[in-house]
Amino acid sequence: MSIIGTSVQRKEARNKVSGRARYTNDLTIPGTWHAVVVPARQAHAHILSIDTEKAKQIAGVKAVITGDDVSVLTGDVIEDRPPLAKDKVRYWGEPIALIVARDEATAQRAAGMITVRYRPLPVINSIGDGIADNAALVHEKNGGYKVATPPAYPKKQTNIADEANVEKGDVERAWPGSDITVDIHVSLPQIDHAAMEPRVAKAEILPDGRVLIHCSSQAPFEVRKLIAKYFKLNPGQVVVEVPLVGGAFGGKSSVQLEVLAYIASKAVGGRVVKIVNTRETDMASCPGGMGLEADISLAARQDGHLLAAKMRFYMDIGAYTDSAPRVARAIAAQCTGPYHIANLHTDVFCVYTNHTYTTALRGFGHMPMTFAVERAMDELAQKLNMDPLRLREINALKPGQLTPTKARLTESNLGHLPLTIYKMRELIGWKQGKVERVGEHRVRVQGVAAFWKTSSSPPNAISGAIITMNSDGSVNLSIGAVEFGPATKTTAAQILAAQLRIPLDKVFVHEDVNTHVDPEHWKTVASMSTYMVGRAVIDAANDIINQLKSLGAAVLRCSPDDLDFGDEKVYVRDDPSIALKFSQLALGYKYKEGDSIGGQLIGRGRFMIRHLNLLDQQTGKGRPGPAWTVGVQAVEVEYDQNTHQYRILKAASVVDAGRVINPAAARGQLMGGMNMGLGVASREGIHYGHDGQFLNNQFRSYRVMRVGEQADEYLIDFVETPQIDAPFGARPLGEHGILAIGAALANALSRAAGVPLNTLPITPEAIWRARRHQS
Amino acid sequence: MKTLTRPEQVTLTINGEGRDVVIYPGETLLYTLRGDALGLTGAKPGCENGDCGACTVLIDNIPTKSCMVLTAEVENRHVTTVEGLEDAPIQHAFVDNSAFQCGYCTSGFIMVGHALSQHADAPDDSRVVEWLRSNICRCTGYQEIYDAVRSVCQDSTAP
Repeated sequence: MSIIGTSVQRKEARNKVSGRARYTNDLTIPGTWHAVVVPARQAHAHILSIDTEKAKQIAGVKAVITGDDVSVLTGDVIEDRPPLAKDKVRYWGEPIALIVARDEATAQRAAGMITVRYRPLPVINSIGDGIADNAALVHEKNGGYKVATPPAYPKKQTNIADEANVEKGDVERAWPGSDITVDIHVSLPQIDHAAMEPRVAKAEILPDGRVLIHCSSQAPFEVRKLIAKYFKLNPGQVVVEVPLVGGAFGGKSSVQLEVLAYIASKAVGGRVVKIVNTRETDMASCPGGMGLEADISLAARQDGHLLAAKMRFYMDIGAYTDSAPRVARAIAAQCTGPYHIANLHTDVFCVYTNHTYTTALRGFGHMPMTFAVERAMDELAQKLNMDPLRLREINALKPGQLTPTKARLTESNLGHLPLTIYKMRELIGWKQGKVERVGEHRVRVQGVAAFWKTSSSPPNAISGAIITMNSDGSVNLSIGAVEFGPATKTTAAQILAAQLRIPLDKVFVHEDVNTHVDPEHWKTVASMSTYMVGRAVIDAANDIINQLKSLGAAVLRCSPDDLDFGDEKVYVRDDPSIALKFSQLALGYKYKEGDSIGGQLIGRGRFMIRHLNLLDQQTGKGRPGPAWTVGVQAVEVEYDQNTHQYRILKAASVVDAGRVINPAAARGQLMGGMNMGLGVASREGIHYGHDGQFLNNQFRSYRVMRVGEQADEYLIDFVETPQIDAPFGARPLGEHGILAIGAALANALSRAAGVPLNTLPITPEAIWRARRHQS
Repeated sequence: MKTLTRPEQVTLTINGEGRDVVIYPGETLLYTLRGDALGLTGAKPGCENGDCGACTVLIDNIPTKSCMVLTAEVENRHVTTVEGLEDAPIQHAFVDNSAFQCGYCTSGFIMVGHALSQHADAPDDSRVVEWLRSNICRCTGYQEIYDAVRSVCQDSTAP
């Protein structure tokens, strides 16, 4: 049986259930000093003075650093963020000083001794505040910062950090020809990734000039690149090591704490310094997930066919841009959802606010975007009195059609949404969205929503793989992708085992990532590791197969073309009894006489994304990713009309995942994604006080799902339309469980409660308010 | 309970073994366990506020959040960490049910599940849920964790 399509145990499983799996904060070099971040306690204010004297006098304090000691500006796309606030603070929790001390307790004590004098400024506490006429400016210099990674189009003298637009067909001409229109406004708060491992970074600057960074990151090569760039170092000087990561969800793709650790180490002569976030700091000071307000208008014919759409998305990106311009383009490029809409006008705005800044969060903007579009689709279905699944089915994008950014779709790059819809009807026992009475005040109803997503990766994203063979013919695999939960390394090992036709237990994966020894991998993001790493692994495996054959041919006195391989041997195709074991060739072949040829077999493989291009601001043309993953999700809820409480009975996903390489891992990703998405839709959200204070930076106030609150039943099925250019046809699926499940919940509850629920999270109180507002 | 005003040596019983460690006043058990002297890093800091349960250990067989206990409180008590489990059924159940992804919350959930499985009463389903609600996992759908724990507990409703 092939290892591809088999549920295998993750490589590090036994370590994880024994407490022996090591994360960044589990290893401490003796003599490590500690740094602590002093957070701002104003959301928007001029800094008049920072008194560090008392803190410096505490025994054991080694350095106190403020924004005046640091001259760099950081940012993935726009360089707008000082690592430590300078002149003014722009969010509550913004790092304002850094204390380095002998131990953590001393650093914490000193942090409490820092006194800051502020002159408060008007707080931009919402998207509405940010775009209001004469709004206070979060960045007076907006438009004057360096755009490090174009495109980005900041608007001077406003809080608009960037804008992305898509235009297709002619909306104004198409609109009057429609039979029916819907207009909705949706509103989603900022949320937090809430990975269980708070972020950690350690830095050391060695006398020979090398900078060693240990951190809990999804992007070790990005950390290396940016630290080298900001501090004018040679990239080879910077060595970044990442062991297992305790959950990430996009939050660890941003580079922040690593820069602070470097600054701290630099301030104390290069000594090893560690920064460990508390949960409170991790939530309020480090980037979270964006909030969104959107206006969606759809125009359709009476038969349900979509004719045109007008959309405006306003992202609450917080105080700094980070990856927001990329997210804005991802939203613009996929704004229709997986539907064909010939006439389209979409504007996406990144709005600076005095909230915690934001970065990628599982789905890269597709989850909030999908919520907006799928709520509009369900309102349309209700207006048309049409089966909501049928509405989605008839509008599904097909091969040959164009995406909003006019990228051409094929069966390989699109997959098969109608087939997922077909399977969903069966899987959940579809009742056309009808409200079913099950008690005096209780009803049951199902809701659906569909999604699509592509990678929105840079057009030059790369990956690599190095394979070395051991004396027994087993192999070591080195890749640059980090393991933070989805079994990325195990999937890579499966691909290698399949390609070399060897048992999985003969593949050993390098669990950590070290930028000095592992080949460069863009970032472990966008559900792209199986695709990118997998392609590099196949390339490296082919390299080692060629070496096995060429050395084998020399020994067996035949042409490499005469050889085939399997069962850990190379053998003559027409007479398999003439064979050499991999182990005889792995470290070179030794003849009977003792002389030898060859040397260790080392396979190298690489991969680079092809045919992508950036979104053109004028034409809105662009190809944002190699392929899309489509799917449909549904929930069944039981809702109490008196108390507005509800229980999620079923949560279901049907995804066109292409070939599923590890079914157990794939199901795990989808279940986890659904649970997170249902948490976001039903209870999560950052609360800011009237003065912009982050009010709920703890798990007792920022509520995530707990056992017993999850769906009573998870249902998962796959369609397997191969993506031809992907390893074994596998499509991305890591993020996708989260994408449409919240919209499906809102669609079900809107039907159950008889009122459109377009604001997240949907708590019983929110339903009560919406109903009261309607009546 | 001992009163400490300065660093002092205490004797702890960890995973069945007596260990002498020097602790500071106000030091939490989580800190002591993970420190250089003991090096038991299976218990994880996730919130240090009692909310997430990633640091759960057993004290006299009762699951306890080690971030909420002072080390000085546990002299003469038996502390069991995930490193002290020897091929316990719950560990296999977690692997068999794919009950973890990133693994950071796993030690804590395993200690809760282990304690529940050792409990004299066979728990009913609501008891299992109640015990597991003390901890947070952000990766899984929880069903996997519930199934793993349920599989090692006797079922009170079983005939």
